[in-house]
Amino acid sequence: MANEHIVKSYDEELKRLTNLLARMGGLVESQIATAIQAVVQRDAELAATVVSVDVKVDDLEREIDDQVLRVMALRQPVAGDLRLVLGALRIGADLERAADYAKNVAKRASVLAQVPPLRPVHSIPRMGAMVREMLKDVLDAFAAQDLVKAVSVWNRDEELDEMYSSLFRELLTYMMEDPRNISGSTHLLFIAKNIERIGDHTTNIAETIHFLVKGVPLREARPKGDASSFAVVTADAKKA
Amino acid sequence: MTDMSVPAAPASRHTGPEARLRLEKRYASERRFERYGMAALSFAIAALFLLLWTILSNGATAFFQTHIRLEVHFDPATIDPDGKRDPAAFRQANWAAVARAALQEKFPEVRGRLPLRQLDALLSDGAQIELLRMVSADPGLLGQRREVWLLTSSDVDMIQKGHSARDVPEASRRVNDAQLSWLDRLAAEGRLEKRFNTRFFTAADSRQPELVGVWGGVVGSFLTLGMTLLLAFPMGVAAAIYLEEYAPKNRFTDLIEVNINNLAAVPSIVYGLLGLAVFLQFFGMPRSAPIVGGVVLALMSLPIIIIASRAALRSVPPSIREAALGIGASKMQAIFHHILPLAMPGIMTGTIIALAHALGETAPLLMIGMVAFVVDIPAGPLSPSTVLPVQIFMWADNPERGFVEKTSAAIMTLLVFLLLMNAAAIWLRKKFERRW
Amino acid sequence: MDATVTTQNVSGATVPVPMPMPASKVAARGVNVHYGAKHALKSVDIDIRENQVTAFIGPSGCGKSTFLRCINRMNDTIASCRVTGDLRLDGQDIYDRSVDVVQLRARVGMVFQKANPFPKSIFENVAYGPKIHGLATKRSEFEEIVEKSLRGAGLWEEVKDRLDDPGTGLSGGQQQRLCIARAIAVSPEVILMDEPCSALDPIATAHVEELIDGLKSDYTIVIVTHNMQQAARVSQRTAFFHLGTLVEEDDTAKIFTNPRDERTQGYITGRYG
Repeated sequence: MANEHIVKSYDEELKRLTNLLARMGGLVESQIATAIQAVVQRDAELAATVVSVDVKVDDLEREIDDQVLRVMALRQPVAGDLRLVLGALRIGADLERAADYAKNVAKRASVLAQVPPLRPVHSIPRMGAMVREMLKDVLDAFAAQDLVKAVSVWNRDEELDEMYSSLFRELLTYMMEDPRNISGSTHLLFIAKNIERIGDHTTNIAETIHFLVKGVPLREARPKGDASSFAVVTADAKKA
Repeated sequence: MTDMSVPAAPASRHTGPEARLRLEKRYASERRFERYGMAALSFAIAALFLLLWTILSNGATAFFQTHIRLEVHFDPATIDPDGKRDPAAFRQANWAAVARAALQEKFPEVRGRLPLRQLDALLSDGAQIELLRMVSADPGLLGQRREVWLLTSSDVDMIQKGHSARDVPEASRRVNDAQLSWLDRLAAEGRLEKRFNTRFFTAADSRQPELVGVWGGVVGSFLTLGMTLLLAFPMGVAAAIYLEEYAPKNRFTDLIEVNINNLAAVPSIVYGLLGLAVFLQFFGMPRSAPIVGGVVLALMSLPIIIIASRAALRSVPPSIREAALGIGASKMQAIFHHILPLAMPGIMTGTIIALAHALGETAPLLMIGMVAFVVDIPAGPLSPSTVLPVQIFMWADNPERGFVEKTSAAIMTLLVFLLLMNAAAIWLRKKFERRW
Repeated sequence: MDATVTTQNVSGATVPVPMPMPASKVAARGVNVHYGAKHALKSVDIDIRENQVTAFIGPSGCGKSTFLRCINRMNDTIASCRVTGDLRLDGQDIYDRSVDVVQLRARVGMVFQKANPFPKSIFENVAYGPKIHGLATKRSEFEEIVEKSLRGAGLWEEVKDRLDDPGTGLSGGQQQRLCIARAIAVSPEVILMDEPCSALDPIATAHVEELIDGLKSDYTIVIVTHNMQQAARVSQRTAFFHLGTLVEEDDTAKIFTNPRDERTQGYITGRYG
């Protein structure tokens, strides 16, 4: 939105909406970081803070909902403004889901802390760093209405998916090697899945940004790197 | 931006002693203005009352004339010596002798030519006409004796009404001592009385003030104004419609517009000269005729009617015109079905103002001979006549004392005429007025 | 002169489409309007579709009313107004010499900003159009038309017992619906509405909008409005005018969610200065 509204308070209300989103985005980012940290450091206490902070995220989402409702009722936004308001609603929901996944990661981290450490856990920080960067970029893209950045985030999801797939295979193999690893590996698998889901929500946000800038959905089929749904690991394959 | 940090002092700029002072000043000037208006209004009302009072006090007596009750002997020997009872012959009869006989019967002691003439002078010439009218209406009166109220001369009337003084030297009186004593005797016998002056409303002009009437002037005015209305109204409205609705706006129509406005300000005497030169001398139309007066006054009223009509047409909301055109009415249908009816009250007001103006106009009529002495009620637009204001002008010019009250009475008649016209205007406006 | 030449260039360059488009009731190609020296409308190309409501929006003085008044030649009443270009109703040039303006206005009715019933009875208001166009002769025929039109305008139930009352005695919204009844009494094909609700309260506006929505099955409606929500509510197509040009014309839903032009976006979102 290059120029301002004639009614300045309208601009202020929209600004408040984007500020709320930025705040929520920042919070979700730190939630993810803390959750990953809890996994890596096997720190149950850290994991507990993530769970408790999640309430704040929910509050912020409610605040965004209220603000959207308010702008819709009082300003009857159209065109770009309407798309921005609807986009904010959707981004808020995506962030909230992302925060929920972070909370799940944290919960499993406290469980993982009680089982012996597993080797593949080293992939988790890499995935976590990646998803955090994606989230950061998509939030920047939203703040700057930067379509290029949003699309780049959208494209990076493929990489994340691939990382998840390989981790999935690795964990399967691991579990086959020693059934005692199954409990820890399953938790790790879910943590990886959660991080991958956060990536999906991040791409959703990128798509929303595309819609609210361009007015049309991002049409091309999203690149899919997650092949885990089709992954089969046999004993032969393991050997090979 | 919205800076809310206005000085938080409890006294706003609109309260406090300073503000109260400002407010009081404002109210004071308002009251002063109101008083100026009331003063102006009072002055106008006072002037109006003075005018009306003068006219009323001068003219009220004109509606009553002094009459003498006499026993008249309708002597067939004098009235109808041939015994044919021929109405034409009655007219030739010596009615003066009949009236004189009645007087002499009352005052048998009066002898000699001069005293008899003076006795005779008590009665108006109009008395003879009254007697003639009685017999013409009822020939059976012949040979009978009847008590009849006979009109006195203006001199007697003036004495009786107190307009002429009794207590001045005989030489400077138009009624001498002998006549006064006769009048006193008649009065003592109850034979002298002021009776309602019907003649004033039925007769035309006369040389004798006791015999004059305004009807000739009223009819003349009516005919003249009728002519004016007939000519000026359709022409004026048509011109206004053309100028307002059809004429292109260019230099030529601007010129016409300026000229119309100027014509409205041209002195009326100029229209009289125009009428004299064009209608009388060039076209050879009859002098003193209401038709010519009507044409001249129509020319004079035309600019006023055009201006008023244009203003009225312009004041019709354009939305009405658009509504009509919008459903496919032609220009003429829009004008005649919608615009003109809505403009009608205004047009009529303008027209009646113009006519009222024309009614009071004398100058142009003087030029075309409507200042003539006309004793007959005008029969039609071609017969010689005069109009009320000219009549007033002529009477006011007459030195005889008896005309003073007649002049005022004629003015009253003119005012009533005007009042009736204005009433008609209001009535018409109410009738045509519609909300939109 | 220059403007006309430009027009031909513009229309020649940008509109290769042959004239009669399917279902286009009114078609404009390179329509220019001058008021004296003022170039009020610059080369407008638009197709107004049959049996749809087309809304014209835009800031004051943008030429939307001017264009509206070209369609029934109401601009003819303004001496200084000059219209050039190609404007057609059902393929026939509206400004052709052979077109009778009275007949044109019978086909293209108009409802104005201010409700302007004649200062006559409700009955006479509605019957006036059919009368001057000779659509009815007998009293019974007039009665039929009046009832049908008032029903069409959703006013019949409210006024059927007082048809002889003055039309000016109705409420604002009723007056405007009376004006619509008056317009449809002539059986037009197109109804032009010049800000018909600008003087009405929201309830009366809703009645008129509901009416417009119902009328579109029988008539082609063009409505000029300053109220963008109204354009959004009642129209299927919206055209945005700005400084005498037609900036954008598209499906209303498209205009209000994702307009193509920056100026449209700026205007409808309240950023236009």
